[in-house]
Amino acid sequence: MEMVFDLIQYGFMQRALISAIAISVICSIVGLFLVLKRHSLFGDALAHVAFGGISLGLFIGVYPLWTAYIVAILSAVGVNKLRESTKIPPDSSIAVLLTSGLAIGVILISISGGFTLNLFSILFGNILLVSNDDLIMILITDAIVIPVIYILYKKLVLIIFDENQAKVSGLNVTWINTLFIILASITVIASIRLVGVLLISSLIVIPNITALMLGKGFKKTLFISCAMSVFSVVFGIVISYYSNLAPSGTIVLTLVSMFLITVIAKNMKIRFNKIVVTK
Amino acid sequence: MQPIIKVANLSYYYDSIPSLDHISFTVENGDFLGIIGPNGAGKTTLFQCMLGILNDFSGEINLFGFGIRQNKKMLRRIGYVPQKKSVEQAFPATVSEIVSLGMIGRKINRESIDSAIEFVELGAYRNKRIGELSEGQQQRVIIAKALVKQPDLLILDEPTTGIDSAAQQKFYDLLTKLNKDKGITIVWSSHDMNAVEKLASKVACIDRKLFFHGESEDFFGNEERMKSYVEFAMQSHMNLHFGNEKNRADNPENNIDGNGI
Repeated sequence: MEMVFDLIQYGFMQRALISAIAISVICSIVGLFLVLKRHSLFGDALAHVAFGGISLGLFIGVYPLWTAYIVAILSAVGVNKLRESTKIPPDSSIAVLLTSGLAIGVILISISGGFTLNLFSILFGNILLVSNDDLIMILITDAIVIPVIYILYKKLVLIIFDENQAKVSGLNVTWINTLFIILASITVIASIRLVGVLLISSLIVIPNITALMLGKGFKKTLFISCAMSVFSVVFGIVISYYSNLAPSGTIVLTLVSMFLITVIAKNMKIRFNKIVVTK
Repeated sequence: MQPIIKVANLSYYYDSIPSLDHISFTVENGDFLGIIGPNGAGKTTLFQCMLGILNDFSGEINLFGFGIRQNKKMLRRIGYVPQKKSVEQAFPATVSEIVSLGMIGRKINRESIDSAIEFVELGAYRNKRIGELSEGQQQRVIIAKALVKQPDLLILDEPTTGIDSAAQQKFYDLLTKLNKDKGITIVWSSHDMNAVEKLASKVACIDRKLFFHGESEDFFGNEERMKSYVEFAMQSHMNLHFGNEKNRADNPENNIDGNGI
């Protein structure tokens, strides 16, 4: 704990920790719905599209995150419409989204002969470089995503549980799905700063599959996922600072460690219960 | 008194293949209508049209006097139990949380949720994950979810498929209680002719066309009609599998008017 207090004296670390916590919370919330919809890799695909969007912004000389937002939202909504109208399996439509985003990015980079910006930080993130403007953007994203999900919470749960039942309950399922995809898109763009394009799925998927093994009830699962995610980003950042490692790597490995510990503990509990029953 | 459901000349096509062919019938307040028909007869499609899930049908469907295309608010008066599909064990929502989803758009009333759970005899399971329950219990959770909004009409699409016979009997007792004690109008599709004969006050036999619609005893008490229906269903089944649709349509014996042959 003392290590954390030492760290928060630095302005860059304050920004890093606040933005990391803000990002981890929305990734967990949006992620639980994506995981249960079997769209676990949707975040990954959106991040790759965002990579294309960032490249486009740099290519045409516009602030890259704005183009990333626009391209990611339009692509996500477009692919969702494509999936609905053609009945393409969700994982296949995600593959289309992922590869096309990356392809656009690669082409734009090759046309321009390579950008001067640090491509490494887009691919792997660097939370320690978060500026005040980035922090404001991340907090605004939280201020949009959390209240909207709170309002739509029960409707989203019902849609995931059974889309037809949601329709019969009078819900405009298409509209709610579209709105959710937009929220997922802006969450992913905001999160690129933390873990980068290549590791974004970890924040969306790992805390949620871990929480699903522990939680009894939707709200409790959501709470456990958020708590694990927040712990992982804070722990990961502290470890990365003191051991001079990439923060995205330490964050993801913390998440993976928590997942593995949960799997082992769960299996041990099942074996122990079996032994008790047979005795 | 106007019917609760009025289906007039309903047709629905998947690509160019008819799934429902000019079907007309009505459901009155307090009816317990059993809809029977073989696999692929269009029972689920019929329900999906009635509930506004499928909208590209031809013909008219009125619920409580309003066209389903024009007024979807009527759906709030309907409880729907879809064809059984097992819930993943990892799905985190508890029984109580699932039942509360039936109150979307209304003020959450904890008492109503608890009494719906008690009504389906799952009080001891309210805090369990739905995925941890047996399939029969999961179906009862869906019923509780449908009941919590106190519907005037309950639509159930083959709700007991794949459920063991003891759980089925419990389920049938529950349906009878809902219809007799609570006065809920029930429309229920099933393969179980014995159960339909015992429970339903009215019967509709469909196989893309409507073969019969009327009082239960007029169907099950008329051996000739039952025999014709079995032949009709078998012929239809053959057509479905061997692509004899044209011959079937051209055969005047197959032009059914809804009162049986």
